[in-house]
Amino acid sequence: MFESIDTSLIDWSRAQFALTAMYHWLFVPLTLGLAMIMGIMETVYYKTGSVFWKNVTQFWQTIFGINFAVGIATGIILEFEFGTNWSNYSMFVGDIFGAPLAIEGILAFFMESTFVAVMYFGWNKVSKKFHLASTWLTGVGATISAWWILVANSWMQYPVGMQFNPDTVRNEMVDFFAVAFSPMAVVKFFHTVMSGWVLGAIFVVGVSSWYLLKKRHVEFAKASIKIGATFGIVASLIVALTGDISGVQIAKLQPMKMAAAEGLEDGGNGVSFTVVDDIKIPKMLSILATHDIDGYVPGINNLLNGGYKLPNGETALSAEEKIERGKKAIVALANYRKAVKENDAAAKADAKKILDENMPYFGYGYIKDPKSLVPPVGLTFWSFRIMVGLGGFFILLFIVVWWFHRKNKYQDMPWLQKVALWTIPLGYIACQAGWIVAEVGRQPWAIQDMLPVNAAISKLQTGSVQLTFFIFLILFTIMLIAEICIMVKSIKKGPEEIEQQA
Amino acid sequence: MTYEFLQQYWWFLVSLLGALLVFLLFVQGGNSLLFALGKNDDERTLLVNSTGRKWEFTFTTLVTFGGAFFASFPLFYSTSFGGAYWLWMIILFTFVLQAVSYEFQSKMGNLLGKKTYQWFLVINGLVGPLLLGGAVATFFTGSNFLIDKGNMGNEVMPVVSSWANGSHGLDALLNPWNLVLGFAVFFLNRILGSLYFINNIKDEQLIPRCRRQIFIDAIPFLLFFLAFVGYVLLTKGYAVDEQGVIFMEPYKYLHNFLEMPVILFLFILGVVGVLYGIIKSVFSKTYRKGIWFAGIGTVLVVLSLFLIVGYNHTSYYPSSADLQSSLTLANSCSSMFTLKTMAYVSVLIPFVLAYIVYAWRALNKKPITMDEIKNEDHTY
Repeated sequence: MFESIDTSLIDWSRAQFALTAMYHWLFVPLTLGLAMIMGIMETVYYKTGSVFWKNVTQFWQTIFGINFAVGIATGIILEFEFGTNWSNYSMFVGDIFGAPLAIEGILAFFMESTFVAVMYFGWNKVSKKFHLASTWLTGVGATISAWWILVANSWMQYPVGMQFNPDTVRNEMVDFFAVAFSPMAVVKFFHTVMSGWVLGAIFVVGVSSWYLLKKRHVEFAKASIKIGATFGIVASLIVALTGDISGVQIAKLQPMKMAAAEGLEDGGNGVSFTVVDDIKIPKMLSILATHDIDGYVPGINNLLNGGYKLPNGETALSAEEKIERGKKAIVALANYRKAVKENDAAAKADAKKILDENMPYFGYGYIKDPKSLVPPVGLTFWSFRIMVGLGGFFILLFIVVWWFHRKNKYQDMPWLQKVALWTIPLGYIACQAGWIVAEVGRQPWAIQDMLPVNAAISKLQTGSVQLTFFIFLILFTIMLIAEICIMVKSIKKGPEEIEQQA
Repeated sequence: MTYEFLQQYWWFLVSLLGALLVFLLFVQGGNSLLFALGKNDDERTLLVNSTGRKWEFTFTTLVTFGGAFFASFPLFYSTSFGGAYWLWMIILFTFVLQAVSYEFQSKMGNLLGKKTYQWFLVINGLVGPLLLGGAVATFFTGSNFLIDKGNMGNEVMPVVSSWANGSHGLDALLNPWNLVLGFAVFFLNRILGSLYFINNIKDEQLIPRCRRQIFIDAIPFLLFFLAFVGYVLLTKGYAVDEQGVIFMEPYKYLHNFLEMPVILFLFILGVVGVLYGIIKSVFSKTYRKGIWFAGIGTVLVVLSLFLIVGYNHTSYYPSSADLQSSLTLANSCSSMFTLKTMAYVSVLIPFVLAYIVYAWRALNKKPITMDEIKNEDHTY
């Protein structure tokens, strides 16, 4: 009997990676957002020389630092989990995927770690100018890091710039720029980083609103709100715009994700958008997905059954046909290796031909049941709605806060301050929901059409992965609770007390 | 640039990162001495704030070491991390504990209390260098893994690398030679930690204690280090012939040293540097620069160990379960295109090193003192 991979091993490996990624993304977006906001604040200090702005900057830098540490702690695990838990993936595409990770380390992490130390410990040691540069470079480093890791993630969603090499049994990079500047990576970068900026803005506006509610640090709060709300409007509008572009890309490149996010069983032309349950906007989904009022959007059944016309005029294959062709590719690979061993040139060329013809469906060969090609619809559907709904709400909130702040009325509007305060957790929920759409929505693929998760894992005992899962769960949860407690204490203490202590 | 040159170039860069990592583990070494050197809370605060300004470099170097290995030798990355699962996981756990401990320990509301976070630093300081040293030793002693690329053609069980036993890397700790190098690295990092304190801190109580501590750690360090060097020179090594077939060659690493005299020279220079840094710091009451001699010496020694295990037709990650599964530079590296692209990226490394040196000097111009810590805006 053949040895086969235990499905619970796949589930636990996925659970562990999801756990790490979700925790990581609790800390990183705030880091990205605050980095910019601190940079702006310190620039004001540099220009005006006012100690007030130095205090404002230092207060937000303290909050930044608490977050930064946990972001690093969870981040290191993410990088190594590609090896520890997804070793077959790392073998199969490391030639492409390793590069952005290495570049991230060389270009971004060293920049962050060098200048974050100057930012914290350099106030009395380096010039004002060098210090300001260090604060900005910390943020720039974090942002460059985001670029490369999102390049890596986009490549899994939309693999480009590579070729399969049957001799090394892996995919190899043939076009670096296609990988590094893939259209999906560009959109994902702006969408994701700006969502971090939005969270940073929500956090600054929310915390400052709490001070206004408590009638403490009023000047500090107003100054922070001015920068936070302005910054928030710009960032949230870019998030919306890139979200729209991303929708079209997904509809084209990952149609199953789009169908799941819409809960669309059967597609067609001029499809309406389901807001929730029975509330529908006619034609809206076609507009969102194709930017065409009568555009064709395939549903889950269409994708499984095939038979509809693709934009390039070809007829879509059914899931069974794709699986069939994937299996052909896998058998051809085995035959190719056999022919190489036996030094049989004719058989080798034959196998290579079959392999090349069927390579686009390679990953389907590891799929046992066509139904497993459908990602969890409910989770993707609702996460998508939460993300989009909250994103719209944030734009509105920033505009309203900015407007009343400008009219000098915001400090007398406790209800709106309360709304701003309670938006903080919503910001986190929106960020998490976005990644759930992106990652759950692409199941079962580790790499779209190329490698499903069941062929991407490390061969370990399920018990080992369960154990490390729970160790991480406990570790990260303690860290999260400690982090929240520390932040709450620091916020309650406020900026001026920090100044007195110094 | 030939394919072979690129493989050797990337092995050099990975080795350099590994060597810098072992040097930067002075942060861990220093932390392992937190309670031995720091007799009261103030002293411990001073120690923590000394290594606390450098820990991110160590961390980043560890991550970049992993990333560079991934990009240039992906089959090593997948085989070792996915196979020696527990060995790497335990290392990572302790680094996770360390990452938050600096920032959290003195903050109000930190849930676990200052002592706990300081103990996290100590645990990372004990376990991190020991296991990283042990992991590097497996480059010489071998690991229990199997590789079969044909598995990708098996649609039911397509996993290429697997570990040949159930303990997933913990078995490395059963080989005494892995432990010997682990302990050598551990004691070396404690020495480097003390040397860094001497360089970075000005305190009349603490510094003489650091000098005594170096002496205490130097004896076991020398014993373990010399034992491992003896083992490397005398043992059979994993050699590769022209066809890529792996075989055991008596005195392989000794031969490599003799056939690549530049590396032998770097190795000896490194050993002399380490010894000079140690001896001068122990016997002179005012000498503060020991960290630089011992630090650069450490980089040279570790670099040359990496180079003799990778260059000259040697398998750098040998398999003790199946000789022909062993990894060599040629059979585990990335494609020519990727290595070349990454080689262009590596042109930026000198700039990165330059700003690191610049920022390091800006922060380390004056040694830190008890007064400074009490008046600083941002302390741990």
